Amino acid sequence: MPEPVRVARSRRQPAHTSARRGQSAFEWLDDRVRASKHRQLLNHIFPDHWSFMLGEMAMYSFIFLVVTGIFLTMYFKPSDTMVVYHGSYAPLDGTRMPEAYLSMLNLSFRVRAGLLVRQAHHWAANIFIGAIVVHMMRVFFTGAFRRPRELNWMIGATMLALAIFNGFLGYSLGDDLVSGIGVRIAYSIVESIPLVGSYLAVWLWNGTFPGHIITTRFFIFHVLILPGAIAALLALHLAFIWTQEHTEFKKKGASEQTITGTPLWPGFTAKSGGFMLVVFGVLVTLAAVVQIDPVWQFGPFVPFKATDAAQPDWYMGWLEGALRLWPNWEVNLPGHMIPVVFFPAVLLPLLTWAIIYAWPSLEKRFTGDRDRHNLLDHPRDRPGRTAFGVGALTFYFLLFVAGGDDVLSNFFHFSIEDFVWGMRITTIVLPLVSGLVAYKICLELQGQRRRTARPRFLIVERAESGYYAATDGLAVPGEEEPDPLDVEEAGNRAAEAVSPLDERPPTPSGTTESRRAP
Amino acid sequence: MPEDFNPGTEGSGGVEGKATEHLPKGTIEPAEMVEVSIDAPQFQVAAAHPERVERGIAVMFLVGLAGFMGFGASYWQNYSNFWLGITLGVGFFGLGIGMVAWGKYLMPRGPFSEARHSAAPTPEEQEAFLTDFTSRGKVAIERRGFLLKLLGAAGGVFAIVAAFPLLRSLGPLPKMLFYHTAWKKGSYLMTAEGRKVHEDDLEKGGVLTVFPQGDIGGALSQTMLIRVEDASYGYVVTAPHRKTWGPKGYLAFSKVCTHAGCPVALYQKALNQLLCPCHQSIFDVGPGRPATPVFGPAPRPLPQLPLYIDSKGFLRAQAPYDEPVGPGFWERGAN
Repeated sequence: MPEPVRVARSRRQPAHTSARRGQSAFEWLDDRVRASKHRQLLNHIFPDHWSFMLGEMAMYSFIFLVVTGIFLTMYFKPSDTMVVYHGSYAPLDGTRMPEAYLSMLNLSFRVRAGLLVRQAHHWAANIFIGAIVVHMMRVFFTGAFRRPRELNWMIGATMLALAIFNGFLGYSLGDDLVSGIGVRIAYSIVESIPLVGSYLAVWLWNGTFPGHIITTRFFIFHVLILPGAIAALLALHLAFIWTQEHTEFKKKGASEQTITGTPLWPGFTAKSGGFMLVVFGVLVTLAAVVQIDPVWQFGPFVPFKATDAAQPDWYMGWLEGALRLWPNWEVNLPGHMIPVVFFPAVLLPLLTWAIIYAWPSLEKRFTGDRDRHNLLDHPRDRPGRTAFGVGALTFYFLLFVAGGDDVLSNFFHFSIEDFVWGMRITTIVLPLVSGLVAYKICLELQGQRRRTARPRFLIVERAESGYYAATDGLAVPGEEEPDPLDVEEAGNRAAEAVSPLDERPPTPSGTTESRRAP
Repeated sequence: MPEDFNPGTEGSGGVEGKATEHLPKGTIEPAEMVEVSIDAPQFQVAAAHPERVERGIAVMFLVGLAGFMGFGASYWQNYSNFWLGITLGVGFFGLGIGMVAWGKYLMPRGPFSEARHSAAPTPEEQEAFLTDFTSRGKVAIERRGFLLKLLGAAGGVFAIVAAFPLLRSLGPLPKMLFYHTAWKKGSYLMTAEGRKVHEDDLEKGGVLTVFPQGDIGGALSQTMLIRVEDASYGYVVTAPHRKTWGPKGYLAFSKVCTHAGCPVALYQKALNQLLCPCHQSIFDVGPGRPATPVFGPAPRPLPQLPLYIDSKGFLRAQAPYDEPVGPGFWERGAN
């Protein structure tokens, strides 16, 4: 093993310089943690591509959530006890409300910078889940989930589920009128589970809705149990990325056995650390200029009041849409029933995650590809997978759109009946169409690349008949080698195509250029 | 060559003039970090004019510094949410963008590559591991089958009894909880403010949310009182067996949606329809229409509360609801 390059240090430096003090501190610590035994960790390489930042964006949003969340717990009171508000927000003065809601008002109006942190926390939750979803799309479409990274794909999918769940718990804690109705729907969804639903609902809520203890219970799940689980899975996720090393795109010089990019120290550390601060900057700026979840406008939750045009946070939109589109089908069995909400709100998410978890195995079954992969696919090179992904995304996006059917039908002046029926049909048909279109586009792009990609260099050969023919000389790793050029045949074809009187040089297919010999 | 990456070792020069020359991106071959000299082009900075980039980064850091100071001042002066967030945002952006630029332009430009260390374990390694694991396991476990069974039994019993405090203590058993509301035979219809509802309170097309005495504001007992006909009108019959349930044009339906439990809060007077604002289920009410769902995901009609008007003109319940209100559940069965 060749000696690595490192900054030589001199032991002859005087002991009183700060460099010497730093060095002895390092020696003291290293004597205990033995970091210098693993010097190569500093060289750990992270491939460069903008899309590899998406996962980092999610991770930094999570860190931001934890930090801002700790601040919020200093002021938030997870209590359903009813109290009367006498505070600085005049429109609600004298209103009876749960203590949780009251503490949210005080957090927003009385605590200095409280509103900023609360809004930044809420924005971070939306961006956290958004970044996870887009990161997951990158991993899916480039085939980064393939062997040996299937487990990390599943860990990521689990974190997405936990994040969505925790986001819901988070905005439900305020006990305002909009989120309170969401909690009522959640009760009905839990209640709808066959066999155990009634027990689960009654135990979680300590009785029938609203139960008067749910904020306390949601709180401990929101601030401890779920973030703890996400943190543990995140650590595992990173450990896998470290030990399996990151994937990279096919490009010149890339191979399955090597990894190219920026080393951990110092380049990656600086870029990623800077990116973390940029993410923080985006989140606090959003919190400053874009209002989110103004609970004081909604008022406290009252079980018999409702608001119209109430939509949940974006990541719950697909479930909301599914609840609205699913027809009124209930399954009646002798003495039992499977309630209507079970299908869109329990079965659909279960099926969704079952497919996500199973996808690496399913794809292996379809393609028979059981090899280890470190180089990523271009989506166009895997038209089947890309078509499925596009179709699935279309499906969930349409459900998300349907989640706002009341607002949209008002806006476009459709009757709600027509709009819902239109969405029901669209949600089934359009994913198939978009998948098919994606498939065709992939095939087109593959053909395009063959025709227009600039050859890296040309091999020009001369046929016996005196004609010259040229072809690309270099294959991109993972692609097929270009067909070897049959110089004789190309020459003959060129000779046939050119009549002695024709002065224009013909360009027969299969060759880049073919010209009559002088 | 920037100082940060000058190894400062004696005798490493020689190629310095050549190495500092700026090569355009993409012309350098990837090299293994530990193999190339620190004077190699991969170790040079990416920027063509590092001193200009350095100035730019310094400006960004100053902007960041100013942002954080602005945040401190805004906090001290108790400025609005806008100024707190903008100053903090500028602080983060300045520092972050400067750091990214530092990492991108003033650090070894690479590309660096190395052999991957994450090759699959060989069958021999796996075989050896399994052999160790099972052969030791044989000695330690398989000859002590009885102990293993006892351990399993104790662990299993613990898992079962632990589930009781963890789950069963959370709440009551469902039993008949979903079947009963606070409505009783003779209950007065009360407004949310706790006032008894009189027969003169509503005009045709009027609606009111009512509760039984003792459960004002109750989530399950909330009931929608609608007056669909004038005072002169007799009983409104929504279904053949409900001949006396709707006296003097008054009808009362559970306000808990049979779909997902939202309050069915909107009444469309012209159509005699109740609309749920959550998922847009529509229920038909009025003579001959027992709140049948006519559109949307709601699967069952809203239960109707039988009413009567007592001698003083107050509206009261003849009987509780005759079926569970709200969304379905496993034990409910078909109705």
